Amino acid sequence: MTQAPTTTMTGDSHGSYPSYLIGFVLAVILTVASFAAVMTHALSPGMTMAALTVLAVVQIVVHLVFFLHMNTSTEQSWNLMCFIFAAASVIVIIGGTIFIMHDTAINMMSR
Amino acid sequence: MAHEATMSPLAHADDHHGEHHESPNVFGFWLYLMTDCVLFGSIFAAFAVLRNQFAGGPSGKELFDLTNVGIETAILLFSSITYGFASLNALAKNKKMVLLWLAVTFVLGVSFVGLELNEFSSMIAEGNGPDRSAFLSAFFTLVGTHGLHVTCGLIWMVVLMVQMMGPQDLSERMMNKLACLSLFWHFLDIVWICVFSFVYLAGVM
Repeated sequence: MTQAPTTTMTGDSHGSYPSYLIGFVLAVILTVASFAAVMTHALSPGMTMAALTVLAVVQIVVHLVFFLHMNTSTEQSWNLMCFIFAAASVIVIIGGTIFIMHDTAINMMSR
Repeated sequence: MAHEATMSPLAHADDHHGEHHESPNVFGFWLYLMTDCVLFGSIFAAFAVLRNQFAGGPSGKELFDLTNVGIETAILLFSSITYGFASLNALAKNKKMVLLWLAVTFVLGVSFVGLELNEFSSMIAEGNGPDRSAFLSAFFTLVGTHGLHVTCGLIWMVVLMVQMMGPQDLSERMMNKLACLSLFWHFLDIVWICVFSFVYLAGVM
């Protein structure tokens, strides 16, 4: 009786062999795409940077979903909320730092 | 209401056996990881500001070896999936296989740290240590902090493997410990995605 729910949970929030393998294959494809974008010089530097950012964000989501088993179920809502708060903090820290230091450099004519 | 009344005794019984509800320990560890996220965010912010301050020293283009970075990336990605296999075997209460996959993960982790130390020492030997330029200070701080985390994860892995040895079954406590280390290990792979994208690949552009 306890066996049945355990197996369904294994498939849901703890992952399964197929879900790990799907995540792994997606991660490999995205990683190879990142390296190829830089090593082939196919795009302009600005576009390469944009491509790297997009590929990194997508790969982070792939890892979160397939390896850290993040989802939108009610059981995980606190995990998700904390993650969103942390991610927002990180975006403010990195974006704000780049913005302010760039502005300072321009005004100090150091660049 | 009636639904709730019929469900609750079952739910409580399951609570004690775990598995259905995430343990508060694992949630607490998740909170720690979120603060670690902010730590890495701050170091990445410092690196973003200093990444072009070479002080006449070498740039990433001259220093970074993408083959080495590619191998490190592959090793870490493989170690993520081998830890995943350990987790799945832990759920199936197959302790021998858990130990085997943890050992594989450990070997991969050690080779990652080894490659990184090798890269660091050859850079320092050529006079391009963290004291050479602001760029290199930021580089060693960021990549070194990640490497230190991986090393801590490896020590933790050995401790868990030793605790698991012996005839006893996998306890609920041990399952929680394995779940925490799993989060830690996969989290470090996520940080590495940012490192290889924004430090190495963006550095050689």
